Amino acid sequence: MADSLERILPRVQKPARYVGGEYNEVIKDRAQVKLRMAFCFPDVYEIGMSNMGMQILYGAINAEPDIWCERVFAPWGDMAEEMRRNSVPLYALESGDALGEFDVLGFSLGYEMAYCTVLDMLDMAGLPVRSEDRPELSPLVFAGGTSCCNPEPMAEFFDLMVLGEGEEADIEVLRLFQRARDAGWTKSAFLREAAKIGGVYVPSLYEPVYNSDGTLAELRCLEGAPEVVTKRIVTDLDAAYYPTKPVVPSTEIVHDRVNLELFRGCVRGCRFCQAGYVYRPIRARSAQKVIELGREMLENTGCQEATLLSLSSSDYRHLPEACDGLLDWCEPRSISLSLPSLRADNFSMELMARLQKVRRGGLTFAPEAGTQRLRDVINKNVTEEELLNTCRIAFEGGWNGIKLYFMLGLPTETDEDVGGIAELAARVLHVWRESSPNKQRGVRITVSTSCFVPKPHSPFQWEAQVDMAEYRRRVELLRRSITAKNVTYNWHDADTSFIEAALSRGDRRVGMAIEAAWRRGARLEAWSDYFSFQRWLDAFADCGLDPAFYATRERGEDECLPWSRVNMGVRTQLLLRERHRAYEGKLSPDCRAGCSACGAAALLDEGVKCDG
Amino acid sequence: MDRLRLRFEKTGKAVYISHLDLMRVAQRVFLRAGVPLRYSEGYNPHALISICLPLSVGTASLCELMDFRVAAGLDLQELPGRLTAVSPEGIRFLECYEPERKAAGIKWLEVGGELEYDGRAARDIAGEVEEFFAREHVEVTRRTKRGEGRFDLAGHLRGFRVESAEGEKLTLRALVSAQEPTVKPELLLDALRQSAPPLAPDFGRFTRIETYDADMRVFR
Repeated sequence: MADSLERILPRVQKPARYVGGEYNEVIKDRAQVKLRMAFCFPDVYEIGMSNMGMQILYGAINAEPDIWCERVFAPWGDMAEEMRRNSVPLYALESGDALGEFDVLGFSLGYEMAYCTVLDMLDMAGLPVRSEDRPELSPLVFAGGTSCCNPEPMAEFFDLMVLGEGEEADIEVLRLFQRARDAGWTKSAFLREAAKIGGVYVPSLYEPVYNSDGTLAELRCLEGAPEVVTKRIVTDLDAAYYPTKPVVPSTEIVHDRVNLELFRGCVRGCRFCQAGYVYRPIRARSAQKVIELGREMLENTGCQEATLLSLSSSDYRHLPEACDGLLDWCEPRSISLSLPSLRADNFSMELMARLQKVRRGGLTFAPEAGTQRLRDVINKNVTEEELLNTCRIAFEGGWNGIKLYFMLGLPTETDEDVGGIAELAARVLHVWRESSPNKQRGVRITVSTSCFVPKPHSPFQWEAQVDMAEYRRRVELLRRSITAKNVTYNWHDADTSFIEAALSRGDRRVGMAIEAAWRRGARLEAWSDYFSFQRWLDAFADCGLDPAFYATRERGEDECLPWSRVNMGVRTQLLLRERHRAYEGKLSPDCRAGCSACGAAALLDEGVKCDG
Repeated sequence: MDRLRLRFEKTGKAVYISHLDLMRVAQRVFLRAGVPLRYSEGYNPHALISICLPLSVGTASLCELMDFRVAAGLDLQELPGRLTAVSPEGIRFLECYEPERKAAGIKWLEVGGELEYDGRAARDIAGEVEEFFAREHVEVTRRTKRGEGRFDLAGHLRGFRVESAEGEKLTLRALVSAQEPTVKPELLLDALRQSAPPLAPDFGRFTRIETYDADMRVFR
C-alpha cells in the first residue's frame, strides 16, 4: 500500500472500505493480462457493493482470463478531501493502482443523482470529464445501467454507452477496444466500429438539433450511425453467467447478503414504473438453477442470509418450488431467506410466515395511490379489500408494524385522492384494532410519500411533474388529514425530486448543468448530507437553462424526445396507448392475463418465448 | 472439548477491519470452512465467538487470540490452514488449541512501533525519545468512555527501547499493559504530541507482537 494512503486512512471514517483485500476479490497478474478495466460505481462502497448488477458484471468480465476487472467506488467526503489534499489519485481496490493505469473505465449508471459523482471520479482519476477533451483512444470511458435508457444528459462525458444487459455486450466492447488499441486505431475509428455492436450508443455520432422553443427537433445521425440503438438482453438466464463467488465485504454494507435473482422483467405494467417496461421481456430462471446457485453462493460466502430478487417475486412461477428447495438447505443451517417485492395477497403472507419464523418486524406495502380511481389510472392492480385483508392476516400473525408507500403528484390526482391516503391508513389501523391478538404491544403504521418523477420509456414519459409548491400543498393537506397518533407520516423533499425529474428527461444541454453543478462542488447528490438545491438552481442558471422546462412541462405526443434513438424493447405506440387508457381510468391486464404485444419479445432469440 | 482458542495474525489490508466487523468476518470464515459453531440459545441466536483483546483500527497484530465454541469435534492440527484458506487478505491463523487459562490472564502486550520523521534524521531524535519514556511520570490526556482524563503511562509501560534509527525512521519496542488499564500503543504518540511536540513523529504504526501474563510468561 502506498505510504501516502497509509497515512490518510487512520484519519477517515470506515477505512476498511478503501483498501480491498476482501474474500473472493479477483486478483490477476498485471503482466499477464491483456486488458485492464476499472469498474466504477458512482456512489460509496456500501451502496456499490450491495448492487447486484455490479456483482454480475465484475464476475462476468473477470471470467475472461486475460481481462482483469477491478472495483472503484466514490470516496466519502472526508476521504475525497484527504486524497485531493495529498495528491492521491483515485485508485482501484484490487491492485491499488491509479485509474490512469487502466485501459478502460466502465461506469454503472443506475440513478440520476449519481451523475455528478461520475464527473468527480473522472477528475479524481486525473482525466478530463468531457469525451472530446480525451482525444486518445485510451482510456476508454463508457457507461451502462438503467439510466442509460436516456443517454443524452450524460452524452458529453462518455465515449459510448451500453444499453440493456451488459453480460455479453460489455465483453464485445472490450474485445473490440483491445483490437483497436493493438492495431493503433484512432478513437473516432474505434467509436464508428463500436457503434455497429448491438446495444452500443455512441453519443458523438448523434447531433441534437433544437427548435426555436427549445424543444428537440431531431437527433441527427452522423457517419452512418444506426437510426435506432436497441438494448441488449440475455435470453437464457439458466445459461447466463451468474456470480457464485461474489466478493464478501469485510465491513458493513447496505445489503450484506447473498443476492439471488429469480427473473428479469415484470408482468404488471404499472404505468408510472420505468423498471416495469425497460426490463422486459420476462425471462425466468428455473427453480433448480435458483436452488443450485443459492447453495453455491451461500457456501462460497458464509452469508447467513439470502434474498430472492426480482421486480415482483409473487409473479415468479416457480416460487414455491424454489423456496422449498432453498429452505430445505437453509433451515438446518440457520440461514434466513428474505423475499422482497411480494404482492399483498394471502399466498404471500403464508410464504412470509414460513420465511420469517423468528423476527417479525415490519411489513412494507406500496399501494402508490390513495383511491381505487387513481390506482386504476396508474394500473396498480391492488384493491383496498386485498390490502386490508393482507394487513389482517399480518396482524393476526403477530406483525405489528406496517409501512405504506405512496406517490403524490400522479397524473389526474385530486385532493380527494390525497385524502384517500389518510383514509386508507385509518382503515389499516381499524383492521389492527379488530384483529391484533396482542394490543398492548401497540402498532406502528407509517405512511411515506414521494413526489412522482415521470421517467423515460414509461407510459407517463410525456407527463408534467407537479411543481414543488403544489407537491408541498398536497403534503400539507395529507399531513392535516392524518390524525391518528399511531400513524406516522414521512415525506420526501420536493427539491430532490424536482432535480431528479429535470435530469431524468433531460436533453444533451442538461449535461452542461450537470457539469456546472459538479464544478460548484456537487457529488454524492443522492445523499442529503451533500445535496444542495440552490447549487443546482445556480448550475442550471449558469447554462441559461430552466429545470422546470424539463421537470414540469408536459411533452407533446409528437415531440422528439431525447431518448428517441433508444429502443428498450417496448413500442412507443404501446406506451401511448397505456397513457390514453390511464386518462380513461381503464386497467390493462397483466402480461399473463393477456399479452399486450408490447414488442419486447422480439428481443429474444428465435424460438424462445417471453415468460409473461 | 467444545471451548477452543485460535491464535491469528491481522496484518496488511486487514488492519483496517474494525473489531466489530472482525466478529462478522470471523463468523463467515468459520461457515465457509464448514466449522460447526455453537450458537447462543434464545430469540436471536449468535455464534459464540469472542476476540480476546480488541485491536484498534490501523494497528497490526501477530498475536491475536479468539475464543469460540464448537458443536462437534475438530482436527485442531489442520484447522488453522483450513481457516486461512477462506480468510480475507491479511488474516492468517497460526494455531488452535484448548485454552488452559481465561483471557483475563493476559497482562502485558509486547508491541513494536515505527515512527516516521519527515525530513529529519531519526538518530538525532532517538535518544530524546527513549529518555522521554524513561521519565518517572509520563502524563497524557486520554479520552475514555468516562470522558477525558489524565493518565500516567509510568508503571503501565515497560522496557521501552529504540531498536534502530535509520534514515527518517525510528523503530521501537515496548511492553504495554493489555488490560486494567488498557494502554493502546497510540497513546505513546499522544504523549509525545502533548508533552514533547518536537519528538512527535509525522506518522506512526504499531504491531502487537506477543501476549504475556502478569509474571511475564508467554500467554497462550
